[in-house]
Amino acid sequence: MIDNSIKLILPDIPNLSDLEVYRKNKGYESYRKAISMTQDELINEVKKSGLRGRGGACFPTGLKWTFMPKGNEKPKYLAVNGDESEPGSFKDRQIFEYNPHQLIEGIMIAGYAMGIKAAYIYIRGEYHKWINLLQKAIDDAYSAGLIGPKMKETFNHRYSIDIYIHKGAGAYICGEETSLMESIEGNRAYPRFKPPFPAQNGLWGMPTTVNNAETIATVPAILRIGAEEYAKIGEPKHPGTLLFGVSGHVNKPGVYELPTGTLLKDIIYELCGGVPNNKKIKGVIPGGSSMPVLRGDELEGVKMDEESLKQYGTHIGTAGIVVMDEDTDVVKVALRIAHFYHHESCGQCTPCREGNGWMENILKRIKLGEATSNDIDLLISVANNIESRTVCALGDAAAWAVRGFATKFREDFEKVVKPKRTFVSPNIAHSKRNSPETLLVSA
Amino acid sequence: MEFSLEELKNIDEIKSHYPETKAALMPVLWLAQKKFGWISNEVIEYVASLLNLSESHVKGVVSFYTMYFKKPMGKYHIQVCTNVSCMLNEGELIFEHISEKLGIKDMERSADGKFSLEEVECIGACGGAPVIAINEDYYEKVSIAQVDEIIDRLK
Ligand SMILES: Cc1cc2nc3c(=O)[nH]c(=O)nc-3n(C[C@H](O)[C@H](O)[C@H](O)COP(=O)(O)O)c2cc1C
Ligand code: SF4
Ligand code: FES
Repeated sequence: MIDNSIKLILPDIPNLSDLEVYRKNKGYESYRKAISMTQDELINEVKKSGLRGRGGACFPTGLKWTFMPKGNEKPKYLAVNGDESEPGSFKDRQIFEYNPHQLIEGIMIAGYAMGIKAAYIYIRGEYHKWINLLQKAIDDAYSAGLIGPKMKETFNHRYSIDIYIHKGAGAYICGEETSLMESIEGNRAYPRFKPPFPAQNGLWGMPTTVNNAETIATVPAILRIGAEEYAKIGEPKHPGTLLFGVSGHVNKPGVYELPTGTLLKDIIYELCGGVPNNKKIKGVIPGGSSMPVLRGDELEGVKMDEESLKQYGTHIGTAGIVVMDEDTDVVKVALRIAHFYHHESCGQCTPCREGNGWMENILKRIKLGEATSNDIDLLISVANNIESRTVCALGDAAAWAVRGFATKFREDFEKVVKPKRTFVSPNIAHSKRNSPETLLVSA
Repeated sequence: MEFSLEELKNIDEIKSHYPETKAALMPVLWLAQKKFGWISNEVIEYVASLLNLSESHVKGVVSFYTMYFKKPMGKYHIQVCTNVSCMLNEGELIFEHISEKLGIKDMERSADGKFSLEEVECIGACGGAPVIAINEDYYEKVSIAQVDEIIDRLK
């Protein structure tokens, strides 16, 4: 049986987005608790909760906060990542719409813990509506003196923070943390080399922490129930609740808040009402388009948390679950995903810029039935050659996604290609095919 | 081509959010697009002078982000998602239907200037697939009949 009784981020409280309703439901009390602790105590509390980042990499949040230098010689910044551009992900916008004050309170708490001067919430440009909703909540919090200059007086405490929204303008790469900072600074958003890490050299060269919006929105809930209680929810190594966004071929798609470790099949069949027309499942992407796909016949017993998914060679990512029924053309899906990464590559690293083009072109040829079995191997080898050879993880993301499809669904790929070609004499045709020009097909 | 006094005041407010003026570039470009419709070379010159940035920097930023229009678009800019979740729910058919209905292709504008069409990557509403957006508004779980209705209402 599925346990969906614990709602820490999206509780069923009508009009929770109103400041007054939020306050009546213990809103902004977690911040009071936070400032009754020292900064170190507070960070330790977050560490003890076991909270891990919800932006994809699952990095321990408390630990990340300790990377920030102490003291106030330099201004320090918090960048809240609400770019939400990973295909299959649509969870952060629920927070902006239904519980924006908890995000604001989370920023205040994180801000106090690290001595942050100002926070920028980066939201994708397409989210006009959700930007307006969140801006309204921020304006209300300013008017009520909960943030900004009047904050010190309100809470009778020395700390204060300013919160601003920075609106993106259409570029998936801006979700990558260093690209996001370039974008806030007003530049073409090319990711930066790491190290130096943002905690040393972030926004305007100052110490900066980047956290996903859901990560930050979880923090007030941790203080509300206590870190120890929080750590008991779900899987011990990746505790808490996650906002699972389920889409694709399910009867009831949507965002569901559930403890980590919930069974994938329970989510699909119990909560989401199964697959339309009772079809079987061909495959499931468990955590947004970057995460390697699972086959329909390996879903039994799969738990939705990072440690469990690792055993299946995939990851929780953004917890965006995409379900594909038995009639899905997986080659077409792989091609669509490859097209996306090719389109979104910022182009500064050769393996990502060129490799993604090659992968897309090979997949196009496979889809058109013009490829041979060798091309499937070539595709996997291009993916292998992108991985770990780039400035940011977009290259890896693309490689994982495409290789996932080509290996997990090899037999579907084999069905649409011509048999393997073997050559007796020096194979000029084949070697020539490896150049980008000859890989191009006119579709 | 100029911002009004009130808009200029707003821009000063935006600048105060950041320690460096350059960071105000993206928000100012958004304002410019809202006011002037698209980001022409003239707008680029104007914004550059307003924020004391080089024109080449502004141009570089405009060209990096897909949502800044580099040419005039329709009064109603229709964005159709065809990424995975929408593709699995026939987003492509919706795109083709609108394209045929309005006689325009990707990134084209209808002759009367009313509509333009864009095939977009995932717009973060996958649970509502197939999704289209018209200007700033999302329409989720749309059928072809509903799309017709929405567009005909705007005609
Ligand atoms: C190509 C790419 C896109 C990303 N997109 C997002 C995103 O849209 N939202 C997000 O929170 N993190 C995204 N990330 C992860 C961020 O770089 C970063 O790890 C995260 O925001 C840190 O927050 P967390 O520790 O709270 O998870 C992306 C990473 C890469 C490589
Ligand atoms: S990996 Fe791709 S997206 Fe990332 S910096 Fe390199 S070229 Fe740009
Ligand atoms: S795939 Fe269409 S909105 Fe996400």
